[in-house]
Amino acid sequence: MIGNILDWLTDPDHWSGPDGIPTRILEHLQYSVIALVIAVLIGLPIGLLIGHTGKGTAVVAAIANSLRALPTIGLLIFFVVLISPHIHGKSDAAYLIPTEIVLTLLAIPSILSNTFAGVQNVDPAARDAARGMGMTGSQVLFKVELPCALPLIMSGIRSATLQVIATTTIAAYVSLGGLGRYVFDGQSQQDYPQMASGAVLVALLAMTADLILALVQRAIVSRGISGRYAKGGAETGPADAMAGEFINAEVARV
Amino acid sequence: MITYFKEHHAEILSWLVSHIWLAAVPVVLGLIIALPIGWLAQRYRWLYAPLVSIAGLLYTIPSIALFVVLPGLLGTKVLDPINVAVALTIYTVALLVRVVADGLASVPDDVAQAATAMGYGRFQRLVAVELPIAVPVIAAGLRVAAVSNVSLVAVAATIGVPELGQLFTNGFQLSYFPPILIGIVLCVALALVFDTVIVLVTRMLTPWRRAVQPS
Repeated sequence: MIGNILDWLTDPDHWSGPDGIPTRILEHLQYSVIALVIAVLIGLPIGLLIGHTGKGTAVVAAIANSLRALPTIGLLIFFVVLISPHIHGKSDAAYLIPTEIVLTLLAIPSILSNTFAGVQNVDPAARDAARGMGMTGSQVLFKVELPCALPLIMSGIRSATLQVIATTTIAAYVSLGGLGRYVFDGQSQQDYPQMASGAVLVALLAMTADLILALVQRAIVSRGISGRYAKGGAETGPADAMAGEFINAEVARV
Repeated sequence: MITYFKEHHAEILSWLVSHIWLAAVPVVLGLIIALPIGWLAQRYRWLYAPLVSIAGLLYTIPSIALFVVLPGLLGTKVLDPINVAVALTIYTVALLVRVVADGLASVPDDVAQAATAMGYGRFQRLVAVELPIAVPVIAAGLRVAAVSNVSLVAVAATIGVPELGQLFTNGFQLSYFPPILIGIVLCVALALVFDTVIVLVTRMLTPWRRAVQPS
């Protein structure tokens, strides 16, 4: 069985042309990156603002959590049926727009909740010290809170990336491209090696993206913070009410 | 929507039941498997990093990929619901190992020492003192796992496993809203029920938290 998958993956015929592996990977990345960029543009500023002001945390946490409960595939099909009749012409827009909406909605909760949890978990002493030094509100936010919150923010972006790359697979179900094509075409042709190869490629792509983001995280997070953060997991405080909220942000990192 | 429900209620009900099974069983199994692994990761610190990284790696595998690849590894049929249950159990374990380890690590040292001083053995102390204190942290992880499982089960419909996701695939083929909306409502409701059950059980297991901070 595993041999069949390797045969499929190493067949040179599968590495060229409009349904070749490189094309499918590029499509897959394109759908994923668009959604992730939009999600960061929405989630990051809102998360920073909420974390900084401390206003509206309960409401936003509730919205972010209920977004998680929405079934992605149901939402995708809902938007396709809703939007596609209104879009004419031969482009993919009728399927691309619903896909991007759903992937963006999927990515926002982890980015948003990790950002505000990150800002809120900043050591109050550091924040007070910054104010005491005469920093303005936005200086405190960008020079102290943002750098300190960066590890959690990055872990939010990483888990959003994993989820989005994994879920982009179902774009193929509504007739778009991407690596999901192999899964669904393989299924309709009863071609198990093709199906499994598509799945393996998605997993490899997700892991590669996570590895790259881990390196980015290493490069942009100040060493003073990451050093302390590495120990952070071991010395979490007593399991009080805070722990629940903290872990919510933390599990996204797993 | 209501007419559609009336016409198809038998089907919908059977999909709902299998959806509940496919989402709930992995949460329970995952917890049972993750408890000893998480305990090991906390008890022997050198195991923490490798165990948590392996769990993190498992979590990067896309669900649909697991649904499709598992038959090859397990020798099951492609459409066998067992694949879905196994895949979601793997995710739940991956998510909970770290949570359990961190939850147990969050038990204050003086509490653990007090238990030992009172004559608790290692295992007794774990079950009677450390685990109950870690319950809120573990429950928070469990809620995330349970809620995301409901959504992940629905994805399996795209490769033909019968559960609530069938409402979406049917609605897609017919370009017809009622089944899609019923499916979304039922999925969200199911996620809400799971979440509430876990919250209530957590409350029952941690009566001291209500005494300290009424809410």
